[in-house]
Amino acid sequence: MAPEQTSTSPAPDLTTMGEPLVVLDGVNKHFGALHVLQDINLTVHRGEVVVIIGPSGSGKSTLCRAINRLETIDTGTISIDGQPLPAEGKALARLRADVGMVFQSFNLFAHKTVLENVTLGPIKAKGVKRSAAREDALRLLDRVGVANQAEKLPAQLSGGQQQRVAIARALAMQPKVMLFDEPTSALDPEMINEVLDVMVSLARDGMTMIVVTHEMGFARKAAHRVVFMDGGQIVEEADPETFFTAPRSDRAKDFLSKILTH
Amino acid sequence: MDVIADNLPAYLQGFSLTLRLTLYAGGLALAIGLVLAAMRVSPLRPMRGFAATYVELLRNTPLTLVFFFIILVAPRFGVLLPLDFIGFAVVALTLYTAAFVCEAIRSGINSVGIGQAEAARAIGLTFGQTLNQVILPQAFRTVIPPLINVFIALAKNTSVAAGFGVVDLMGTGRRLATANPGGVTWVLVGVALGYLVITITLGAIAAQVERKVAFTR
Repeated sequence: MAPEQTSTSPAPDLTTMGEPLVVLDGVNKHFGALHVLQDINLTVHRGEVVVIIGPSGSGKSTLCRAINRLETIDTGTISIDGQPLPAEGKALARLRADVGMVFQSFNLFAHKTVLENVTLGPIKAKGVKRSAAREDALRLLDRVGVANQAEKLPAQLSGGQQQRVAIARALAMQPKVMLFDEPTSALDPEMINEVLDVMVSLARDGMTMIVVTHEMGFARKAAHRVVFMDGGQIVEEADPETFFTAPRSDRAKDFLSKILTH
Repeated sequence: MDVIADNLPAYLQGFSLTLRLTLYAGGLALAIGLVLAAMRVSPLRPMRGFAATYVELLRNTPLTLVFFFIILVAPRFGVLLPLDFIGFAVVALTLYTAAFVCEAIRSGINSVGIGQAEAARAIGLTFGQTLNQVILPQAFRTVIPPLINVFIALAKNTSVAAGFGVVDLMGTGRRLATANPGGVTWVLVGVALGYLVITITLGAIAAQVERKVAFTR
């Protein structure tokens, strides 16, 4: 997908950005002999939208998953809102409740209706009353445009609809930050935009977002910052305009030339 | 054939005991096996280690040996269970069958995609909630066939208790065979029919449940 040349994105105003919310400090991880995350330092501020791009195998998904500890790390620290990620247990569950996650393959609970998918977290993890959770869920489903599918099972929905439900499910926990791990990569082309539209509107509403994606159009439209990863390292960081028009590193230039030729 | 009709009350008594052994041991093994299966997929290594050791120990020991351990060896180590032989039989059958139940349930847990557990954890559910709310309900359907296999094996395994003085269906058969040396064949046919009633019913229940779960999916 080519980036639109007439990007309407307002120049990201970093002065309105809040305090650091997600801080990765000296993070390293190995998969056997493969050093997938190499000394990663990254700070995401409240209200900031950071897009992580890079070739496959660059470690961007692993980085995203490490932030809510779906992947453990070998060394370094990750903290969210000043709190270091706890080890497995109740404290970790509480922290994950504050971090929304959207997966490439949706991962909606196959045996529960759309509505139940959205209300499960608030009811079980937060102790919200069933009726209040339901009301909230319907409002969120309406916001992502699938309120009329509330009583269906996930398998009865299109991929784009499922992914929008997944976004609503994450939002229902009122997260401090949303992680998106290639949210449109498993979608048919005609469904990509309906998901990106929801994400753009979230970004406009001030949600803190970390988005792993190949959608350069989304990066241009909604991101405050683009982080380019390759070979387990953060190679380059810049605002989208600068990154796409004047990348500094050869690796970034090479990557962009490969994906922007069509 | 008359030997079956003539001894119907004895058969029914034996049958009733075999049925009770199956139900008690089956119910208890299901509960313990479920806990063991949860331990085997737990994030805590000691839990996983304990459950794995238990399963390997129990499923690789002949059932008769488990009976001997509980009846003869355990008391020597000060484990004195206030039970009669029927009670011992239930304990032995439960401990033995729980290992197989655990593995049947674990196969079901593994059949549910890893993404389901990740999504559950990502919205802040604890390990127990993830298992109860998301994984086990989806594992249920795949678990039924292997689980019924385990219970059918249990129904037949209860006959080991006859070797320890329990007058279940098999025990009744032994007594009748001794008393009617000329009609051994028919005595044993009667015993076999009794087991068939239990095992075929179990299979039918399984098919019924499976069909029901399939529709609500």
